[in-house]
Amino acid sequence: MPKTILAVDDSVSIRQLVGHTLRTAGFNVIEASDGQDALDKLKTPVDLVLTDLNMPRVDGLALTKAIRASAAHRYTPVLLLTTESEPGRKLEGKNAGATGWLVKPFQPEQLLATIRKVLG
Amino acid sequence: MSDPNGISERQFSFCEEARDLLSDLEAALLQLENDPEDQETIGSVFRAMHTIKGSGAMFGFDAVANFTHNIESVYELVRSGGLLVSPALISLTLRARDHILHLLEATVSGAALDQATGNGILRDLEKVVGVSHPEAASPVARGSASPAISGAENVYSIRFVPPSDVFLRGTNLLPLFAELGSLGDLTVTADTAALPSLGALEPDRCYLAFTMQLRSTGSVNDIRDVFLFVDEGDSLTITMLAGVTAQGGPASPAAPTGAATATAAAKPVTSSLRVSANKLDELINIVGELVTMQARLSRFAVDSGEIEISYIAEETERLTNLLRDNTMSIRMIPIEATFARYRRLVRDLAAELGKEIELITEGGETELDKSLIDQIADPLVHIIRNSVDHGIESPADRRRAGKPSCGRLVLSAAHTGSQVLIRITDDGRGIDPGRVRAKAIEKGLIDPHAELTEAEVFALIFRTGFSTAATVSSVSGRGVGMDVVKRNVEAMRGTIELASTPGRGTVITLQLPLTLAIIDGLLVRVSSQHFVFPVAQVLECMEMNVADVHGRRRGFIEVRDKLVPLIFLHEFFQLSAESVTRSHILVAHTSLGHFGFVVDEVIGDHKTVIKQLGPLYRKVEGLAGSTILSDGGIALILDSDRLAQSATNEAVASAA
Repeated sequence: MPKTILAVDDSVSIRQLVGHTLRTAGFNVIEASDGQDALDKLKTPVDLVLTDLNMPRVDGLALTKAIRASAAHRYTPVLLLTTESEPGRKLEGKNAGATGWLVKPFQPEQLLATIRKVLG
Repeated sequence: MSDPNGISERQFSFCEEARDLLSDLEAALLQLENDPEDQETIGSVFRAMHTIKGSGAMFGFDAVANFTHNIESVYELVRSGGLLVSPALISLTLRARDHILHLLEATVSGAALDQATGNGILRDLEKVVGVSHPEAASPVARGSASPAISGAENVYSIRFVPPSDVFLRGTNLLPLFAELGSLGDLTVTADTAALPSLGALEPDRCYLAFTMQLRSTGSVNDIRDVFLFVDEGDSLTITMLAGVTAQGGPASPAAPTGAATATAAAKPVTSSLRVSANKLDELINIVGELVTMQARLSRFAVDSGEIEISYIAEETERLTNLLRDNTMSIRMIPIEATFARYRRLVRDLAAELGKEIELITEGGETELDKSLIDQIADPLVHIIRNSVDHGIESPADRRRAGKPSCGRLVLSAAHTGSQVLIRITDDGRGIDPGRVRAKAIEKGLIDPHAELTEAEVFALIFRTGFSTAATVSSVSGRGVGMDVVKRNVEAMRGTIELASTPGRGTVITLQLPLTLAIIDGLLVRVSSQHFVFPVAQVLECMEMNVADVHGRRRGFIEVRDKLVPLIFLHEFFQLSAESVTRSHILVAHTSLGHFGFVVDEVIGDHKTVIKQLGPLYRKVEGLAGSTILSDGGIALILDSDRLAQSATNEAVASAA
């Protein structure tokens, strides 16, 4: 059974890049354009959530908090996509319940390595 | 990227997206000019910059990303309330937006980038914001691999105390250990000390801590990287225990990074301490008493029915067991040192006898109790002498037999469960069962018509009064025969076996317990007296009517179609017989075959710390030692081999 990853980003090109990288590596990918869209799509079970921080409607932090508050996804790993200009947000992310983070820009291999680190 | 057609499909799609974002940005900026405090609009301006920067760096638009980074920083300040939106800022941002578009198009078409305009905008921005934004702070530095001192293998001790809410952040710890294991040789020990009682346990909290030892060529940073997501700053302690420089590698001076990151790297702590063996014996004795007291406490706790006492008893039991195992392990030393002694012995013997012999040792790291090593040394010397003297032929004989002139003697040690196997293998002339048999008949050890299996024939070699060497050489055969070896081994509760193929060689196998101090015993009762039977020797327990036991074939019972002689322990030890209707029989394996031992009751398992008997009782037949029971009483440990031996002697004597 391939693992399913929910990729959340408001940038179409990032979603495409992430989606392509993950699908090539054998993962199932569900794409969401922002936090609210992600929450709607979390009705199906996923193994990992990969989310951007800055998004319209529901942002990455709020999404993480919502995931931790839900019974079905309490223990689902959440990876944040951050940029080096937001060191403080890394801590905010952790406090919100994020499992880890990935600093943009990243190489496809870094993305896969980080996901494997969390999913095993 | 000079060829417009050279950009990839994904880069193309980024350009499309960036153009959209830039026109949205333009609209948002114009709106912001009318309503400078609209947080919603500020947010969308920031997000547009953020996406262009982030995606740009990922799709190879470094110039775009670098420039946009500066604008994004300004709007981050605006968003957090550190800077107010002014008409000057808006027009500057609009200029910046145009420049971003230029950078984008120029990158795609491969045209020269207009650096001057960009720098001009940044200079003006600095004036507006009043903070400098050095472009040098390159935001697109790709993640660089952490420097590792290649070729040097280090041993790290890692202590990892996960934050207690680690599971609530979706972290699975197992992949971390797998990842760490991929760096080198890893041992993980879980520390459960912080586990609360069941009632107070919250199932999604982490109460465990982990102590790991890693042998790896990786650096401290490589290890820290593994724990990147779970390290709260104080949850990870890494100590470098010892560094081993790889052989043949380039002689590299200690890399400064290694020295800097490993400030906590203590000096190698592999030092050892010499302690007198007496002190260790004393410690073992005390631990033995503690184990006994512990058993009393556990019993009391169960009887009392108090939960709180039970907790304490369980915890004490765990600690006591740890202490016992630790104390035992202090006495465990590798057999290597003993093996090394034999190298010299074999060399000298071979020279004396004019033979060529190569001694090969295997499993020298096998650990066993120091007292066992001391006691096994002499029997081993004897066996090796025999192999060198009688087993391995002279170079001329070997060549004639078509073997290499240099003989091989292999000394190996290995663990099998709670036992240690020591094997002495030679590729000499072997032992001819026919000759052994003839010799035994000549010495009157067996009847000329006796039917013996090959194993039984070889077992004769260990009988008193047997020596096969035709001539008494200076090396072996001076009266100390293999019978003494066997007795020594049995005194250690071990066994010895010999197998041989004529012309091919001989294998002698010694099986020894790991330690002399503790055995797994079966506690039984005979009359009012308790005895402990080594559990390794017990094959089965049976319960029978006394009438049947004392029935037709007195002294024997049938077990699985075999007649097994019985030893009535209350008769043997002259204890008053109990008037019971059922008795219990332990069928045990002894050196003389299977025997049934009749007892009144089988009580159960008993971890037995052996205490030597006082000098007064040491000569009593059939006892191997004593132990203290959990109620403070004393039980004697039975030596089933001796029991069988003396019962047989008695039977033979009374029949004669």
